[in-house]
Amino acid sequence: MAKLEISDLHVSVITDDTSKEILRGVNLTIDAGETHAIMGPNGSGKSTLAYSLAGHPKYRVTSGTVLLDGTDVLSMTVDQRARAGLFLAMQYPVEIPGVTTSNFLRTAATAVRGQAPGVRQWLKEVKDEMESLQMDPDFAQRSVNEGFSGGEKKRHEILQMSLLKPKIAILDETDSGLDIDALRIVSEGVNRYKADSAAAGEAVGVLLITHYTRILRYIQPDFVHVFVAGQVAESGGSELAEELEADGYVRFTGQAVPA
Amino acid sequence: MTAAPELSEARLAQAETIDALSTYQFGWSDSDAAGATAKRGLDEDVVRGISHLKDEPEWMLERRLKALKLFERQPLPTWGADLSEIDFDNIKYFVRSTEQKVTSWEDLPDDIKYTYDRIGIPEAEKQQMIAGVSAQYESEVVYNSIREDLAQQGVVFLDTDSGLKEYPDLFEEYFGSVIPAGDNKFSALNTAVWSGGSFVYVPKGVHVKIPLQAYFRINTENMGQFERTLIIVDEDAYVHYVEGCTAPVYRSDSLHSAVVEIIVKKGGRCRYTTIQNWSTNVYNLVTKRTKAEEGATMEWVDGNIGAKVTMKYPSVWMMGEHAKGSVLSVAFAGKGQHQDTGSKMLHLAPHTSSEIISKSISREGGRSSYRGLVQVNPGAHHSRSTVKCDALLVDTKSRSDTYPYVDIREDDVTMGHEATVSKISDDQLFYLMSRGLTEEEAMAMIVRGFIEPIAKELPMEYALELNRLIEMQMEGAVG
Ligand SMILES: Nc1ncnc2c1ncn2[C@@H]1O[C@H](COP(=O)(O)OP(=O)(O)OP(=O)(O)O)[C@@H](O)[C@H]1O
Ligand SMILES: [Mg+2]
Repeated sequence: MAKLEISDLHVSVITDDTSKEILRGVNLTIDAGETHAIMGPNGSGKSTLAYSLAGHPKYRVTSGTVLLDGTDVLSMTVDQRARAGLFLAMQYPVEIPGVTTSNFLRTAATAVRGQAPGVRQWLKEVKDEMESLQMDPDFAQRSVNEGFSGGEKKRHEILQMSLLKPKIAILDETDSGLDIDALRIVSEGVNRYKADSAAAGEAVGVLLITHYTRILRYIQPDFVHVFVAGQVAESGGSELAEELEADGYVRFTGQAVPA
Repeated sequence: MTAAPELSEARLAQAETIDALSTYQFGWSDSDAAGATAKRGLDEDVVRGISHLKDEPEWMLERRLKALKLFERQPLPTWGADLSEIDFDNIKYFVRSTEQKVTSWEDLPDDIKYTYDRIGIPEAEKQQMIAGVSAQYESEVVYNSIREDLAQQGVVFLDTDSGLKEYPDLFEEYFGSVIPAGDNKFSALNTAVWSGGSFVYVPKGVHVKIPLQAYFRINTENMGQFERTLIIVDEDAYVHYVEGCTAPVYRSDSLHSAVVEIIVKKGGRCRYTTIQNWSTNVYNLVTKRTKAEEGATMEWVDGNIGAKVTMKYPSVWMMGEHAKGSVLSVAFAGKGQHQDTGSKMLHLAPHTSSEIISKSISREGGRSSYRGLVQVNPGAHHSRSTVKCDALLVDTKSRSDTYPYVDIREDDVTMGHEATVSKISDDQLFYLMSRGLTEEEAMAMIVRGFIEPIAKELPMEYALELNRLIEMQMEGAVG
């Protein structure tokens, strides 16, 4: 069963000539089947954590460890991490002009699964998932993310998650920019994958980054973490999310959030 | 959510075929019995010898000899790529590999058949995917076939030598009428020593529905290949001619200098597709030009993946009102390669329009240049022209230049020009790699996406070949 252990993680962001420390000692353990929500003010480093776990080259780990089932993740390349079972649904998915979504999905599935899925079974898999996420079949023939609306990009991220079947899924603000129906559809997609993976004996661990409690009514978190200034400031259950919604982050930042 | 997804099995099969073929290589060579004895260097005797062997009419010999003089007099071009290392004395100007032409694969000598089998032509032929195959092996066309129905429609698809013999009047009228010998040093050279190539005539109103294909291979070290192609598309007729070439790898440099002349008459349309993948020691210096009459359309689709140096600027002279010219080109410059490509569009009549779309990829210190001229002559009012060139740099040591020349001598014209240079972005790479693709696979995918607007214009098997070649080029892209 999968386990992601983040210990005392320090990360700096590298710009042209400077580097600035963003993560200042993150500790977090995600076990198989668990759902962890991270909430925190803008700029506190949530996406930085997500990118660092996935291995984005702009972020340099200066100290700390990340282990997936006891194996060092930080020494792996980005693609090795993906093949080891780590998945990041991005806050801002990138456009790849000229590459059809269907080709992209199949290439990715082939890479992560280690062999090309059989054509018939694959077609059905994609069709079913797209139907569940209420994505128009036309998306398959469009260039990856090109001209997709914000909400369509997010559905596409969840589609990828359900096809790539990760052990640990990090969802960075997947709920932002979704309309009410889309939020439900996407949440159901996540829950479906949680249930399916559990049924297959490989229950996924989820790290869900969000600003809103609304998604947490669909996707029940086992833990809620308040992320402030590059650290986990406090951890609790879903009641913590309700408190944040009511009071904001003032208790943690020591200052009122400007209106 | 009722319609079935557009994901067709054919699409997926294509992706799988690309995967399966990605390990393909062309660096073999056959036994070189014919090439070994050919003479190196160029003089009057060589030219006379070629003409004599082919039993040509006197006028052709005279053209050749005149062209030889022009070749000797003209200096190498001082612009474009560096040609100073070409050793003209060390090139074989004529190699004859088989004595007679054959019309079925079974009749080909084994080593030649083997070479072609590796390229895969017989399969394509068997699948009836192509209307005719004209395969040039060394300097002469040794195989030529055409479907019966085409022949019945009066379509001529021959090697150029047979074209000269069988259609002397057409030939004398049009040979050199689009590209005179003295056009440039290499058209002079080609006119002096040409052999092989294709001769195509499509009669009035005939639409050739499936592409005519020709394959070219150079198989003799230091051998120059000087094929000459002449295509005449009569009024309201249509043809798509496809040329592909692949050369095996040799140690010293060789020269490919072709001339392609096309005449598209009133209301006719011609598309000419090339994907060249010469090995990276070949100088590929080619002159291609079309005269398009009133309402005629010429489309060049041009892929340059191989060769050490390419200088090629497919041109359209729009002679009549409402003539159209277009060039879609893609160039890939890898290590040690210089692709100097582009187009020339000459607007010589009112209401003519041209479009140039050029995409280039450079990596590992490779250099690609877009060099284009759009000229609108007096009287060519209401002409329109669009030029769009996009360059993709895979790394920081590679190079891309743009030389867009515009010469407008008429007021009432519409011109558009766009040029972009981009790099493969870290974020694109990261996105694909975070989905399990290796860095190399991710780069290849981004590059394939970049050239997709051109690949989609190609016949299926050529789109596959282009993708395969790009994948080969991208191998070892991560170092
Ligand atoms: N590539 C980068 N270049 C420069 N600064 C960066 C970069 N990435 C992150 N930062 C900085 O690091 C800090 C944390 O950013 P991050 O995106 O991780 O915040 P976040 O918690 O995800 O915020 P939000 O809630 O707005 O998404 C910010 O101050 C941001 O400006
Ligand atoms: Mg963020």
